[in-house]
Amino acid sequence: MRILLDKFSKSFGNTKVIEAMDLEVGSGEMLALLGPSGCGKSTTLFAICGIHRPTSGRILFGERDVTSLPSQERNVGVVFQSYALYPHMTVEENIGFPLTVRRLPAGDIKKRVAEISALVHIDNLLGRRPAQLSGGQQQRVALARALIRRPDVLLLDEPLANLDAKLRLEMRSEIRRLQKETGITAILVTHDQVEAMSMCDRIAIMKEGEIVQIATPSEMYNDPRTAFVAGFLGNPPISFLKGKALSGAFVSGDGNFRLPLGSLRDIGDGRALTLGIRPEHFGPKGDLVIEGKVAFAETQGRENLYDVVLADGSVLRSIQPVRDDVKLGDCVRWNLSSEAAFVFAEDGRRL
Amino acid sequence: MADKTQTSANFSSVPVMLLLTLVSLPLVLMYAYLFIDTISNSEAGSLIPNELTLEHWRFLWETRPGKASIWLVTLNTFIFAGSITAVILIVSSMAGYVLSRLNVPARGLLLAGVMVLHAFPSVTLIISIFIVLQYVGLYNSLIGVILVKAAIDMPLGIWLMKGFYDTVPWEIEMAGLVDGASRFTVWRRLVLPQIKPAIMALGLFSFLTGWSEFILPQVLAPGSQVQVLSVYLASLIADDNNFDFATFKAVGVFYVVPVLVLYVFFQKHLMNIYGGGTKG
Repeated sequence: MRILLDKFSKSFGNTKVIEAMDLEVGSGEMLALLGPSGCGKSTTLFAICGIHRPTSGRILFGERDVTSLPSQERNVGVVFQSYALYPHMTVEENIGFPLTVRRLPAGDIKKRVAEISALVHIDNLLGRRPAQLSGGQQQRVALARALIRRPDVLLLDEPLANLDAKLRLEMRSEIRRLQKETGITAILVTHDQVEAMSMCDRIAIMKEGEIVQIATPSEMYNDPRTAFVAGFLGNPPISFLKGKALSGAFVSGDGNFRLPLGSLRDIGDGRALTLGIRPEHFGPKGDLVIEGKVAFAETQGRENLYDVVLADGSVLRSIQPVRDDVKLGDCVRWNLSSEAAFVFAEDGRRL
Repeated sequence: MADKTQTSANFSSVPVMLLLTLVSLPLVLMYAYLFIDTISNSEAGSLIPNELTLEHWRFLWETRPGKASIWLVTLNTFIFAGSITAVILIVSSMAGYVLSRLNVPARGLLLAGVMVLHAFPSVTLIISIFIVLQYVGLYNSLIGVILVKAAIDMPLGIWLMKGFYDTVPWEIEMAGLVDGASRFTVWRRLVLPQIKPAIMALGLFSFLTGWSEFILPQVLAPGSQVQVLSVYLASLIADDNNFDFATFKAVGVFYVVPVLVLYVFFQKHLMNIYGGGTKG
């Protein structure tokens, strides 16, 4: 079911958290709300599930206006960061709770619980209590509880934050599998760009209560609209160089190198600019030679990560297939792919 | 709370035990003689009893003229303590939730007010309560004194419950709401079970204070049909005509037995009241 936020605003007392936000999530789509903590992504989520009432604006599920409906009448499933399982109930009672409060016959509940727990692979744990489960199992119970009454919308609030690295990887594909199998519209709130990129159809990146950009993960990675977006996506992160415009080219702070760029043709000389270079675009291959000193080297098994300090003190990151000819402190002359570099104006806008 | 009975390998507990035994010996002797005196007679001035007897426990099967039957009094006491417990549990488990979770106007003022009420010594109010009860026709009735005692003990219960509710995670309630449960169902089925230890503790605490309450029943319900054990006990010692110290002691032992039983079975729960967390 489609979700539409129309001029949605939310303030707590005098603090405005979100102002006039528009967002549309297509039916069956999985969208990530990505942003640093305090950017209002959880507030948006809680407004969609009805725990917070919007200060103004509308929320639509399909064509139905749910803005003033309480949570109970919205038919949303939510997975909380802490899972919020009911500690005094068994797994079976936990999963069946949404049906129990609807007074469904016990036989039906049992059947539905069996179905859904098989789907999330916890059918052998139904008699346990949440305290006797591992983090990943608790997560599955929370998912099952959210899915059992076939909600119109599935909301996930940082669902992987409390899991260890390996489980996180496993649950990432698991959640995506369930979402695809059930065809449910889902919104994932996260501050982890890897999660957002790997699990979702589209990403809405948020900053200070506003959506900066909505796009598919690859579009957003290759075509970021602002320096903030470029800095948020990508691991290891992009590196930024300060400089200014001079006759259609980017010139670094100390004038050490210049990079002619088509997008700078109409930019007046002397305007302050920022150049963003992803680590994979700085290395042995490229068209512009840059000299620097290796200040940090780290091997990640398949790849090596280097920090190169340039003459003016700024740092470029480089990620390359493993090599052992470069050591800490070495002077290197590596190349930069000029067509892959992003130029941002002083206010962070991409040029 | 975890068991703390394990002994340390570094320190011997013998000297401490010795000291404690020495210090508590007089108390132990007092309790011992309280019991011994109820089942024996001894010469005046002698510590060693010279005959065993059950005559001091006579009050159990015969009612003295002018006195209420001990069993009626015991029943009254159970009704008194039990009703207080029920009223306090019901009201403070709800009020505590409201003060902890719902949007109450002037919450701070309310909480402070409740606290002030708790700090108020009940004796200072007793004359006005007496007049009020007489006016509404509840003087010399169990209901009247139950209401008064419950009202006086309520602030502590409300505060305690609020403290326990504060430790229950919000997410559980949010999850309940989006799962389709009403606010009342959320409270009843999801939140209340989380604070079960607190309910247990407060219930026991209320029962014990109700059981041992003396001044309120003495002033507000002294009639022999509505007497509770503490008042009955006091009337024994106040009776100058048939002064019987051994019977007084026997009634005292009788009075304390339910308390001891409760302590033995529920002391773990009672400790929770001072723990302040949702531990089971």
